[in-house]
Order: sequence, then C-alpha cells, then structure tokens
Amino acid sequence: QGLLRRSVSHSFLSFASVTGACQAIQKLTRVRVVDNSALGNTPYHRPPKCIHVYNKKGVGKVGDTILLAIKGEKKKALIVGHKMPGPTMTPRFDSNNVVLIEDNGNPVGTRIKTPIPYILRQREGEFSKVLAIARNFV
Amino acid sequence: CRISSDEKPAKFQPPPKPVIIDKQKQREERRFLSPEFIPPRERTDPLKFYMERKDMIQRRKVFNIPEFYVGSILAVTIANPYANEKTSRFVGICIQRGGKGLGATFVLRNVIEDQGVEIRYELYSPRIQAIEVLKLEKRLDDDLMYLRDALPEYSTFDVNMKPVSRLDHEEIPINTLQVRMKPKPWSKRWERPKYNIKGIKFELPEEKMKEAQKWNKPWLEFDMLRKYDTSKIEEEIWKEVSEELKK
Repeated sequence: QGLLRRSVSHSFLSFASVTGACQAIQKLTRVRVVDNSALGNTPYHRPPKCIHVYNKKGVGKVGDTILLAIKGEKKKALIVGHKMPGPTMTPRFDSNNVVLIEDNGNPVGTRIKTPIPYILRQREGEFSKVLAIARNFV
Repeated sequence: CRISSDEKPAKFQPPPKPVIIDKQKQREERRFLSPEFIPPRERTDPLKFYMERKDMIQRRKVFNIPEFYVGSILAVTIANPYANEKTSRFVGICIQRGGKGLGATFVLRNVIEDQGVEIRYELYSPRIQAIEVLKLEKRLDDDLMYLRDALPEYSTFDVNMKPVSRLDHEEIPINTLQVRMKPKPWSKRWERPKYNIKGIKFELPEEKMKEAQKWNKPWLEFDMLRKYDTSKIEEEIWKEVSEELKK
C-alpha cells in the first residue's frame, strides 16, 4: 500500500508466491546475494537462481558451493545461510543467503554486511578469504 | 537519655515494634514452574519423567536458568569452538518455548543488519554458559512465530541493550502490543481462528476476516477428551522441585 518498493534484485522474493522452506537450497531456488559485488547487486528482471549443487545429494546447506544463474551468466557461489532450520544452536536466517565466488574460491565482492554463521570457520582452509571479508558473525 | 524538667527518670518507652515483611510469604504467592517440567499426557511410565526431573534439578543447581516467558528479551552466551574467545553471545526475543524434560528448547529472534536471524537453544545443554533476561515480560500470545511476517521493526532489538531492572514481587507486565504485518502472503494464515492470535493488528478487509472464521471450530473448547488438567500435577511437581532446589 504505502510501502517502499526497493528495486534491488532480491525484492523478487517478495512479489511471487512464497512456498515454505522445503529442503534448503536445491536446483531452481531463488537466492539472495549478500556481498557487495556488482553482479549480485545490479537489478535484473530475473532473480538469481541455483542451477546445480556441488554435492552428492542435490540439496545444499551452509558451506556448500552451488552454481548460480545471474544476469544470464553462470557463477559459483557459497551458501552462507538458509531458511530451513538446521541443528540446534545454529542460526536460521529469514532468506537464503549466498556469497559469489570464483572457481578458485576467491570471493567476487569485497564486503559482507549480513551475519555469517560461525560454523563456516570450521573449514577455514577453503573459505578463509570469504571469512576475511565477513563483518558480522552469528 | 532524655532529661525531663521534673528531674524524675523518664517513663520507659519501649521501642516501636519492628514491622516484619515476610518476603518468603510474598514470594510463595507467585510461583513459577518452568513449562518443561510438566510431563505430556502419554502412556509412558512416570518414572521416566521423575528421572528426567532429577537431572534437570541437578543442572539447575549448578547453572541458574532464570524465569522467562515468550516475549521476553534474553541474551545467551554459548561455548563455540569457532568463535573469538570461544564464546558467542546472541540477544533476541523469545518467540517459542518447546519440548519437555531435558530436551526443552527456546527460540530467540533478532534482526541484525536487515537480516532476520533465529536460533533454537536447548535450555539444559552444557554448551550454554549464561542466560540473562534483559527484559522480563509476557505478550498476548504463547507463540510469536508471526513475527516472521511482521514488519522487521518489531523484531529488532539492540545487541548492547542494558537489562531492565524490576522488583522481585512485581507482577510480570503483559505487553499488549498489536503488531503490524507485512503485506500478504504470510508463511501461515495467521488470521485463521486455529492460531488464535491476539497480538496482530489485522488490516485485512472485512470479507477476508469473515472468510477466515469459516474455519472456526467452536466445539473444540468443550471437548472433554482433549482437556489436560495440569493443576494437580503442577502442584506436586512444584513441591518436589522447590524442595530439591532449596537443599
């Protein structure tokens, strides 16, 4: 009614019908890119969607890499939070958050404002650069 | 000593009787039994619940679990091997208390940097190092899951907020806040009578509210088989728990 509609790509998630969280992040889930990269923040008429999960099961949880289709390009990304509740004492986010990543593991953006779960610190070796640009931890 | 004018010793005035405010009695009038002590209505042996209660009391002797309700703001510090200084602190409003016995859980919600975060904690987990009640209050409902579909301002709480002081014998304040929601669709149809929510300011048109009442089941409150009267069980468990904790 009188609510401001921001023209950022993640606002697509509020227009269309919202299904309840099924099984974390799998093929064709719309995700929200959380870092400050140009690819993730420029508006496009289609929201970024997952097209493949690099996992034996096709379901991605926190810390899994996925292939994203953004602005007509394919880009790898790291899942940093999902709507599905996980083990107790771990945070559950209100949106499926993802950080864009290169093939060698370097993050595309330079800063991550949204909170990141501490669980990612377990794999410090692979995600050290992503954790270095993260500001808040939950 | 007073020197009277007639040089006779002043009549002995006994000191005024001290007024004893028996705080014990005052406290007894308001008892709080944590909901996870009340066993569910099942066919299991009561011995199982008795053993669980013993373990719960043992944990409570070592670690203080304060009294709190759904709608109070808590700060929880847990031991986290992957955090700086090995502890992590989270502040949030309690939106749900579930589980019975040692597996009792509560969910804290907060909005950090425009991102809603919810964490489910186990009350009796040894990883919890401190539970601090920053603001003790009740809300109109027992379950605040609708805060996920409410405007984010109702779930934001300052991480560095100071605990609100309150006196011991005061009644727990009930916050009659009516929350405004985001536009539909919501995760659940909160306007339906099944959820019986009083804490939302529904700005839906009249026809939608009337249509929601179609799912009303007014006979449920009179269903005697569904009734689970816990008053006597609560009394016994309260006596047991308070005696054990005093030791």
